[in-house]
Amino acid sequence: MPLSDHAPHPSHAHHAHHGPAGSYVIGYAASIALTFVSFELVLEGLLPAPLRTAALIALALAQIAVQLVFFLHLSREARPRWHLFIFGLFLAVVIILVGGSWWIMNNLDGRMMPSPDAMSAYMHDQSGL
Amino acid sequence: MTTDTETIEQLSADARVVFGFWAYLLTDLVLFASLFATYAVLEGGTFGGPGPHQLFDVRYAFIETMLLLTSSFVAGLGMIAAHEGAKRRVLAWFAAAFILGAGFLGMETAEFAHLAAIGATPSASAFLSSYFTLLGTHGLHVAIGLVWMGVLLVWALRRPWDHHAERKFMLLSLFWHFLDIIWVLIFTVVYLFGLMS
Repeated sequence: MPLSDHAPHPSHAHHAHHGPAGSYVIGYAASIALTFVSFELVLEGLLPAPLRTAALIALALAQIAVQLVFFLHLSREARPRWHLFIFGLFLAVVIILVGGSWWIMNNLDGRMMPSPDAMSAYMHDQSGL
Repeated sequence: MTTDTETIEQLSADARVVFGFWAYLLTDLVLFASLFATYAVLEGGTFGGPGPHQLFDVRYAFIETMLLLTSSFVAGLGMIAAHEGAKRRVLAWFAAAFILGAGFLGMETAEFAHLAAIGATPSASAFLSSYFTLLGTHGLHVAIGLVWMGVLLVWALRRPWDHHAERKFMLLSLFWHFLDIIWVLIFTVVYLFGLMS
């Protein structure tokens, strides 16, 4: 198994009791189910729009967690969990990068020069007329 | 006793290589994160041209998803065979993963060609520039993965199975599962959010 080979003993012996194929079958079935639900939500237009966006994000995160656990075996790593540690570190970088870019660019967008119509409406408003 | 010591040293050397490769994959994740951030910012910049809603076929993306997901699963089954030292089964599973991955890449290439044919090229708008950069980078990774897989299959065919072979296939399978995770984000952010916009 990819990430669990720290332990200094032959890799085929140490996950025999887990049923190696079982992990992949569970991961695959869960991934297909989550993918199917995501696409159905959009294709059938289920749930009101803001709730649907939240549900899609939750489904994508759930699927990533499923693949990390059942395909990449991140949870089965022997201690010390270096793979998990560095993963968390990079996850923080990713969150800062994506969240920060999105936040800054949206904020900047709000401060940009508005269209002439919007500008005159704003000036009209500000002058108290 | 000597054999045991050698085995332990061998395994910890393998573990270091796997950890190094894992660190590389995480830097690749940062590359994709910046492309996702760019896409999220520029998605609305269609320059009066078609947006995600007009261009994307979500059902097509669903089939692409199934191909890549199944390819990743099949590669996982190949890794079980690899840990058991069953070379024939390793080659068979990874050949299947290769075919499924090639199917995905073929579909993606056809989609790009279709978009270009109707005038939705990377230079048409900021939205399309960021779309082609994000999906093109993922597609390029898949193409590199397929070449790697092909080379490794031919290499493994001609020699007896050993821990070197096991390690090589382990790194490839990590890469393949990683691309699957990136695709989950792509179909959610680009296709599903795109259809709702």
